[in-house]
Amino acid sequence: MKTTLIAFRLFLVMTLLTGVLYPLAVTGLGQGFFSHKANGSVLQGLQNKAIGSELLAQKFDSVIYFQSRPSACDYGTVASSASNKGPTSADLQKTAQERRTTFRVHNNLASDQEVPSEMVFASGSGLDPHISPEAARLQMSRVAKARGCNEEQTQALKQLVERSVKSPQFGMFGIPRVNVLQLNRAVDALR
Amino acid sequence: MQTTELLQIALYFGLLIILTPLIGGFMAKIFTGEKTWLTPVLTPVEGFIYKLSGVDDREEMSWKQYACALLVFNLLGFLAVFILMLTQAALPLNPQGVTGTSVLLALNTAVSFMTNTNWQAYSGEAALSYLTQMVGLGVQNFVSAATGIAVMVALARGIARKQGTSVGNFWVDLTRSTLYILLPLSLLLAIILISQGVVQSFGSYVQTTTLEGRSQMIPLGAAASQIAIKQLGTNGGGFFGVNSAHPFENPTPFSNFLQVFSILMLPAALTYTYGKIVGSVKQGWTLFAAMLVVLLIVLGVSLWSETQYNSVLQTAHQMEGKEQRFGVANSMLWGMTTTVASNGSVNAMHDSFSPLAGGMAMLNMMLGEVIFGGVGAGMYGMLMFVVITVFIAGLMVGRTPEYLGKKIEAFEVQMAMVAILAPSAVILIGTMIAVLIPQGLSSLNNQGPHGFSEILYAFTSAAGNNGSAFGGLTVDTPFYNIALSLGMLIGRFGVILPALAIAGSLVGKKYTPPSLGTFPTDKPLFVVLLLAVIGIVGALTFFPALSLGPIVEHLLMNSGKIF
Repeated sequence: MKTTLIAFRLFLVMTLLTGVLYPLAVTGLGQGFFSHKANGSVLQGLQNKAIGSELLAQKFDSVIYFQSRPSACDYGTVASSASNKGPTSADLQKTAQERRTTFRVHNNLASDQEVPSEMVFASGSGLDPHISPEAARLQMSRVAKARGCNEEQTQALKQLVERSVKSPQFGMFGIPRVNVLQLNRAVDALR
Repeated sequence: MQTTELLQIALYFGLLIILTPLIGGFMAKIFTGEKTWLTPVLTPVEGFIYKLSGVDDREEMSWKQYACALLVFNLLGFLAVFILMLTQAALPLNPQGVTGTSVLLALNTAVSFMTNTNWQAYSGEAALSYLTQMVGLGVQNFVSAATGIAVMVALARGIARKQGTSVGNFWVDLTRSTLYILLPLSLLLAIILISQGVVQSFGSYVQTTTLEGRSQMIPLGAAASQIAIKQLGTNGGGFFGVNSAHPFENPTPFSNFLQVFSILMLPAALTYTYGKIVGSVKQGWTLFAAMLVVLLIVLGVSLWSETQYNSVLQTAHQMEGKEQRFGVANSMLWGMTTTVASNGSVNAMHDSFSPLAGGMAMLNMMLGEVIFGGVGAGMYGMLMFVVITVFIAGLMVGRTPEYLGKKIEAFEVQMAMVAILAPSAVILIGTMIAVLIPQGLSSLNNQGPHGFSEILYAFTSAAGNNGSAFGGLTVDTPFYNIALSLGMLIGRFGVILPALAIAGSLVGKKYTPPSLGTFPTDKPLFVVLLLAVIGIVGALTFFPALSLGPIVEHLLMNSGKIF
């Protein structure tokens, strides 16, 4: 009985400490020092309207935009998910083939052009905001053409793509990548 | 693999070796009551907690009293989560207006978080209120980890004390683990994670309109505070459904490094803490070495397997279920550490790993989560194997086996066998039942041997209190909710109770100083013998099951067979 009573009281104290005070302290510090990030890294567009989060992928199927990685949940955010298809899945084999073909046709690439792996396979989160620099470069001529860019504008676009490549963090963490939403936003601003 | 990826892996293991004595030494001081730099700040808080709870911190408990306190405290944690999940619709901090969950999902989740498994049959952003996450799951993240550390410390005391009767005070061990170790580290990690982009807000989800004019909801929540302890306490239950693959849960390669490092930091350091408590850090380093060897082997195999050409998918760079900011190497490093350590968080979908990489993840869990393992849980699990190993060594030379001056007799060996066999039985019997009944098979997402692997993985994860999954399997069904709840309970308390019983038995024994006939347990030969015992138990128990899943899938994949 004594044990139960102590357990009950200690449980309440622990709940207060780790379940209330601790998250409140973290929220206070986070909101104080990193309020943009703590609130979802939301980007503002024209007229201060929220256009999404720089960390979450959006669906881009218009020819004037660079495309994001495929998403098994069609970029749904509540809740997002992955395909969870295994390495011998017939479904995944078929989907991968279709995505390779579509990517080549969509971007006017040769039929033997290798398509970057991340454009063939869906991400784990369904919301991966990045693609490889290679995947951005392969989409560039198509975007330039769709936007009716002249020689000079095409060069500007090319430079923009190169500038948007993020190298590994602190020189050693992760692999090179391009944030698709930020790139597309910059491309819109280029006009 | 790129050079930076190799560098990261080297940095990972270098840091692990350097920090183990630092943090492990700190933790040993906490449990032996020595002063640390946190003592002046936190001692008054600790005293206040005891006063509020009515705890007498000088009271000593027998192993039975210790176990009883532990069980009652855990039961309360279970009830809190269970009730919160059912009633969350009517409670505050629910801006999205989520409804109460089904009784079976609440049962499964409450068991899962109480047992430090953090198996998730739900998606947090869609099914849980902020209050449930914070006051329910968040608290269990702390106290289930603290429970694991407490059991390990009690067992270490049982070995170290000479002819005593008590193994410590559960309330004190639990409070100190939380207050001096888990809370300060979590606070620090949470703030750094926010600086990388992890969300921490009580606001409602933000409605946005994308560049192409679609509407997109931005989910929020008090995520960073929970993710920090989820990694540090080898919990693994994600704030979001896709866990640390979600850009809000793990936004950058640096946040990824910190999180994957946090998985092993405390379990590794606890080997040193153990060495300190039993009076010889060499004993701790010996176990550390054994664990490190296994981790390096499975990491090597998984990296090799994942970068082989898959003729079915026509690629040697398989990105299904992986994130571009992490790449293949980081996904493997995480996949292996999270499964050796009973953490169970993921930064890539294990269901889509190559067959052998997925198989390694399963093998890691099948070995009993003793390769570093859960905080505390890994050490006391490993000590079960140590008991068996010294017993076998004793048989070989024909002497009564002893470990650190304590005779290992029939009772200890029986208890260690229970602790090793209970989770194994859950895995094999559970999988067998699931593949024989329609309720088990109707949940599959993949066909062929991979489908079998999905079921095998689920029971392995539950029994090992890991919590990661081959996520394609639909597990929010009555059959899996109940079966896996049972599996998690047996996997947790089927090891904790024998471990405490051994502590209670050893603490009363006389100390016999080592003699010529004593088998030294701090030499490379012991590492070899220990690994052989773990390997033989793991292989003999699970090789047939693994053959039907990942191994046959690997062979079929290479011959181009699809399902």
